[in-house]
Amino acid sequence: MSSVVANNVTPVRAAAGVSDTVEVIDNEKALKAMPLPKRLARHLKMYWHLWVMVLPAMIFVGIFAYIPMYALQIAFRDFDPTKGLTGGRFVGLKYFNQFFKSPIFTQVLTNTVRISLWTLVMGFIAPIILALLINQIGSKKIKGFVQTITYMPHFISTVVIVAMINIFLAPNTGLIGRFFEGSNLLESTGLFTTIYWVTEVWQHVGWNSIIYLAALSSVDTSLYEAAKMDGAGRLQLIRYVDIPTILPTMSILLILNMGNVLNVGFEKVWLMQNAMNLPVSEVISTYVFKMGIQSNQISYATAIGLFNTLINFFFLVLANFISKRVSDTSIF
Amino acid sequence: MSAATSQGSVAPRLSGDEIPFNKHRRFKQQSVGDWIVDIIIALLVALIVLLILYPLWFIIIASFSDQGLVSTGKVTIVPLGFQLGGYAKILADSRIWLGYWNTIVYTVIGTALNMLVTMPAAFALSRREFKPRRIILFFFTFTMFFAGGIIPNYLLYKQLHLLNTMWVFILPVAVNVFNLIIARSFFETSIPEDLHDAAQIDGLSYGGYFLKIVIPLSAAIIAVIGLYYFVQHWNDYMTGLIYVRDSSKQPLQIILQNILLANQTQQGGAGTGGASMANQQQLADQIKYGVIIVSTLPLLVLYPFLQKYFNKGVMIGAVKG
Repeated sequence: MSSVVANNVTPVRAAAGVSDTVEVIDNEKALKAMPLPKRLARHLKMYWHLWVMVLPAMIFVGIFAYIPMYALQIAFRDFDPTKGLTGGRFVGLKYFNQFFKSPIFTQVLTNTVRISLWTLVMGFIAPIILALLINQIGSKKIKGFVQTITYMPHFISTVVIVAMINIFLAPNTGLIGRFFEGSNLLESTGLFTTIYWVTEVWQHVGWNSIIYLAALSSVDTSLYEAAKMDGAGRLQLIRYVDIPTILPTMSILLILNMGNVLNVGFEKVWLMQNAMNLPVSEVISTYVFKMGIQSNQISYATAIGLFNTLINFFFLVLANFISKRVSDTSIF
Repeated sequence: MSAATSQGSVAPRLSGDEIPFNKHRRFKQQSVGDWIVDIIIALLVALIVLLILYPLWFIIIASFSDQGLVSTGKVTIVPLGFQLGGYAKILADSRIWLGYWNTIVYTVIGTALNMLVTMPAAFALSRREFKPRRIILFFFTFTMFFAGGIIPNYLLYKQLHLLNTMWVFILPVAVNVFNLIIARSFFETSIPEDLHDAAQIDGLSYGGYFLKIVIPLSAAIIAVIGLYYFVQHWNDYMTGLIYVRDSSKQPLQIILQNILLANQTQQGGAGTGGASMANQQQLADQIKYGVIIVSTLPLLVLYPFLQKYFNKGVMIGAVKG
């Protein structure tokens, strides 16, 4: 059907082309001369369909993303349940100070940074290596098979992933746990971070490699041919053709990751926590949940959450700024 | 040309011209160094595939095996002591059915709403002549980097009377900005602009163009975005944990957590008299394996059908911010 439409129309368009441009120029001039309400009316007349299409999404985001942002002012007030989202006496930085001075502050912050940095760095490197490896596979069938397998864990729920960790690491009976006699890996404070990032990489490495594979598939094959003529071996092709190709993608992902420096997936840490590993597994998000929802210290928890968001936002902007300066790549 | 040899090569290279009809020219041309690199790469890839596949495979075979053999490490490649006791218990457990039903309701209604809201918005934002789209897009993307967090959300849901209702699983996540951007990039790059010109000449409005021309051409992106939303709803654990107290409204993931992680199987499912403690423990173990399979089944069924669209879907969206 589409080809019929295209065939019918191409000559018409070509014929109409000249007069079209002239009309557009006239419109632009006329538009600028128009008073604002008239311009607005004209805009709505032309585009009201598009507005109707985009408005529902805007309303949902407005309510469920922007109202909570507005409600962040509770962090600076004594929360009063009778006064709703924005009420209560203004107390300034009281709750921030309470958090900074509490003995748990250093612990929670260190845990968060330790877990997230390990995950960020490993989770950043692993997909690049996997993509470079998969890209070397000649056979399309094998390549497709490897991709299918490596993408799969991405869709498994966090609850199931943590259940699998518990099953495999269970002392005495688990697939891995039975090789560590006498020690319970799940309660180990030294291994919590490692278990966290290794399983995180296991689950997402395949999925996160897609974007690099997409970039690699756009390499002009003549580039490889030319490099081979010049005597480049397999490794040199990777070093001098493949890696430069994915460099812009790498920097964008690095910027986006930087915006998550203090974001450790709440669900997974929460589900992996137990009484024994708590000193190393309590992170900002789990602490916010415990304070806010479980202990009902609304203002205090909101302040901690806001602190977290601000640090993340700062790192994102910083990384974006550096990347813009260094490699001319940025997200905004 | 024949002088071109890579570092560390021993055998002289044959140029492509000397072996005109060889389909496997690439391999014939390689030096020994490249050949070794090839083998190392093949081994590494095989190892990675094995590392990812084996844990999944183990869960499957363990769910069908005699748990005595599983816990002593005898079950490795195929099921041993074939048993379906775990699955029988799971099918008889009303909690799992309730969780399953709740999750299906939330997922179906939620995904339908997601698509209805996201797709038209993505289309509107893909129209270059629609001048306000820059600022609207910023309105959306800003929320990816700055958010209120769980406490302000909680208070908002409380005011809107969403707590303890099914709607808390559906309405707050009606739009995922990441998915919106992916869909928008697809409309921008994969639908030929000629079609819009043609539609305009035929007198089609934006709505008509979207419904009659764009949607039929967008099967790939609808499949990918639909799957993303489906998985998001299916795997949602946090919403139930934080915003819902009523156990009759809890989704599958919360039930799963109760069974898998809180060790409640004994009191909940396997309270039959006569069985010894060891037997009960074994049954509980088998239920764990089985419940993982049962809860992941819908995704495993959908996966092969949608898999071919993945590369396209992720590729389009992720590079543009």
